[in-house]
Amino acid sequence: MAVPGAWYLTLAAILFVIGAVGLLVRRNVLVMFMCVELMLNAVNLTFVTFARMLNDIGGQIVVFFVLVVAAAEVVVGLGIIVAIFRRRAGATADDISLLKG
Amino acid sequence: MDWAVFIVAGAAILAGALGVVTSRNPVHAALSLVLTLFGVAVLFVAQRADFLAVVQVIVYAGAIVVLFLFVIMLLGVDQAENLEVEPLAGQRPAAIGIGIAGLALLLLPIAFGRWEWLSGQPSVVGPARSATEPNVNLLAKALFTRYLVAFEATSVLLVIAVIGAVVLARRPLSTERQGETVTEEP
Amino acid sequence: MVDIVWLLPALPLFGFCVLLLSGRRLGDPKAGWFATAMVGAAFAVAVVVFVGLYLKAPEHRVFEQTLFNWIPVGGLHIDVGFRVDQLSIVMALFVTGVSTLIHMYSIGYMHGDDRFPTFFVYLNLFVFSMLMLVLANNFVLTFLGWEGVGACSYFLVSFWFERNSAAVAGKKAFVTNRVGDFGFLLGMFLIFAHLGSLNYGTVFGHVNALSSGTATAIGLLLFLGAVGKSAQLPLYIWLPDAMEGPTPVSALIHAATMVTAGVFLMCRINPILFRGPDTLNVIAIIGALTALYAATIACAQDDIKKVLAYSTISQLGYMMLAVGSGAYVAAVFHMITHAFFKALLFMGAGSVMHGMHDEQNMKKMGALRKWMPITSATFIVAWLSIAGVPPFSGFWSKDDILINAWDKSPILWAIGAFTALLTAYYMSRQVFLVFFGDARWEEHADAKAPAEAEATPEHEPAATEGDAAPAPSTADAHGAHGDFRPHESPWTMALPLVVLAFLSAVGGALNLPINKSTEFLGNWLEPVFGPRLHEVTAATGTKWVLFVVTLALVALGITLAYSVYLKHRVREEAMEPSILRHAWYFDDFIAAVNDGPARLIAVWSAYVFDRKVIDGAVNGVATLVRDTGGTVRRVQTGFVRNYALAIAAGAVVLFAFVVLRTA
Repeated sequence: MAVPGAWYLTLAAILFVIGAVGLLVRRNVLVMFMCVELMLNAVNLTFVTFARMLNDIGGQIVVFFVLVVAAAEVVVGLGIIVAIFRRRAGATADDISLLKG
Repeated sequence: MDWAVFIVAGAAILAGALGVVTSRNPVHAALSLVLTLFGVAVLFVAQRADFLAVVQVIVYAGAIVVLFLFVIMLLGVDQAENLEVEPLAGQRPAAIGIGIAGLALLLLPIAFGRWEWLSGQPSVVGPARSATEPNVNLLAKALFTRYLVAFEATSVLLVIAVIGAVVLARRPLSTERQGETVTEEP
Repeated sequence: MVDIVWLLPALPLFGFCVLLLSGRRLGDPKAGWFATAMVGAAFAVAVVVFVGLYLKAPEHRVFEQTLFNWIPVGGLHIDVGFRVDQLSIVMALFVTGVSTLIHMYSIGYMHGDDRFPTFFVYLNLFVFSMLMLVLANNFVLTFLGWEGVGACSYFLVSFWFERNSAAVAGKKAFVTNRVGDFGFLLGMFLIFAHLGSLNYGTVFGHVNALSSGTATAIGLLLFLGAVGKSAQLPLYIWLPDAMEGPTPVSALIHAATMVTAGVFLMCRINPILFRGPDTLNVIAIIGALTALYAATIACAQDDIKKVLAYSTISQLGYMMLAVGSGAYVAAVFHMITHAFFKALLFMGAGSVMHGMHDEQNMKKMGALRKWMPITSATFIVAWLSIAGVPPFSGFWSKDDILINAWDKSPILWAIGAFTALLTAYYMSRQVFLVFFGDARWEEHADAKAPAEAEATPEHEPAATEGDAAPAPSTADAHGAHGDFRPHESPWTMALPLVVLAFLSAVGGALNLPINKSTEFLGNWLEPVFGPRLHEVTAATGTKWVLFVVTLALVALGITLAYSVYLKHRVREEAMEPSILRHAWYFDDFIAAVNDGPARLIAVWSAYVFDRKVIDGAVNGVATLVRDTGGTVRRVQTGFVRNYALAIAAGAVVLFAFVVLRTA
């Protein structure tokens, strides 16, 4: 007895929202990044669900590419974080506010 | 049987997500993330996306989370963050509001079963299941014919990402070090 | 033959350009002769065009020639084009004719002046502008000429600008005219707004599309322009001051041509006036009142030119009275005869001043008949004409006006008749003071000669009020002190006087009211006015009575002047009350208003309204922008998490739109 796709979608939706709220609430840069990964995973789950529901491999192809790009993104993002926060101990996202208008 | 898998994996996913969001220590958050990723991989397998499940474990849980942990150790951002205080006014209530609104909007079409509220033009690339061919073959067929250019582009992207990371994270050269304090300050 | 009409303005324009570039090289007197030749040639062209027009059948005597398209903007199409019809060719004829004579006169009058060529530059430019005004086939081109003559008037009145009073007078002339021009412009705007065109043919063809109220408004506005240009109440104030200019200027511009432009305009727009008849009443009343008002002032002026200036204003009032009575032909007739005798009077006055070494106070002249025979003979002819003594021309034209005024309203006739009495009186006063009686200049010359030491400027400042400032008589050019003798003028000045005297004498033949066949001018001009021309309805008996009454008044005026100024039966001072000497204190009144309430308004506008309201509004906009920016920039907190919140919020809104749109 297969689980209907709606349940998977609901799960993915909840995961996505948790990731979004976490991104907005946390101050530690790395934790914020991890919340972004949560959101990406939620999206992946949604695509795979639809691939099953619609019997279309296209959903899985998209997940493939999302995975690759997410990896690249993490690499570059962490590089930036390293470059910015090298010298500061205990730095948070709130400390980079030089663009204040 | 499917239900049991779904419920266990779902619980793991949600527990991990909440752990990421609420952990004070970033190392704990990273480990919670691993739990979530494994749960997602299990659900991939349950939906017959075998190849993707494996790739998920290898790339996401294996490489990306490890990267995270490396950076945590490198930068020493392992101190606990004070979760009680929110220096930006209105941020938390607004975030929670957005969360609730977003969730409601996402669940609305699911509840009513009206996919046409969200979908665009239907198009089918290829079947997701087949009696004869394994999942990898089906994936590969679509990937290397229809999406070949995108595939090549992502390989370029990866090269660029590597170069970028190297450039961003390197230490400044010794000649720049004399009298420098500002060059690498953002 | 008629299509050479473009030469008419082109010749004086050519003269202007040539003199502008090489006038200094031509010098005195060649520049003057060249300018005269140009205007004389223009007169010849006018004659040819007239003959060409005459040879056509009466129904076909309207010829339009378009040179080029000047303003093609949207719905507004203004061409540079000419409309030769009976009215414009008559105007062109006497404008160019009188101008030629005055150009010739100026050669002698301005001889010796440093800026001799410049004078003729301006004169030619003036004739060009006046011809454009008269020959134009649309309102805008007429306005071009209108402004052109106004500008030339300014240049010429302040020709001797080293004298402060001349410079001021030039400005006064221009500014007062501008007040009138404002009305002209508004009238043009109204016409265009209602009829969509400014071409005379089109406008007059469709004049019935205007409502009576609109036509009245247009007529009144255009009349305001005429009030300024033709020196009617209350915009006449510039004309007496304009006597600061050289006398040929006064003769040409302020007697014969420019000031008649207003009357011409009223004749031109007669269909509009007919459509809004209230305007005609206003014109008649203002004309009559102006005539009376100016005549009273002229009775008490001592400056020879000021008398003539107020006389001009008074005669222009007569012309407006004629226009208001619907007697357009009478107005044009009087315009022509007035051009003859007023130009003659001014030139004669100039001749007198020239011979008296620039003395302008009539009380210091006298008995000049012996010394200046030609001048006095021609002046006397002009005097008889303007006073209205038959058979000289002025009588016929003035009588024509008075009969039509009687038909309009006996009150207006009464004002006109009383003014005729005053005209006869003050002109006789002038003639008796200058040419008859005792030689008062001898006593003055003897008294002043020992005291005189310095060389005075060549042309002394003219008096602003009735009493001339006693200037030292310039006994320089004529030998030693005390050896002062008035002398006759050179032939270049005397010849035009003779020609104009002849015309003043016989000019009445243009429109004798004996029967239809002698009314040449009336028959010629009749198609221009059609049914709008007033036909005299008074009975022949009434006409004869009015004729006799007018003659009696004229005789009374002359006799009165004779008894006061020659026989000295009445003291002169009794007949020259101070209020008339000071021109009813009108100029003083205007000065007081400007220094008082007008100044207050100006100060308030500048320092209160402009600073607080206008600058406040402008600065307020800037302040508003700055403050808004200052408030809005607080969105840019610099915190990444706030920006992330904004993005998330936006995404939720968009998503809500997508989801709920079909729900």
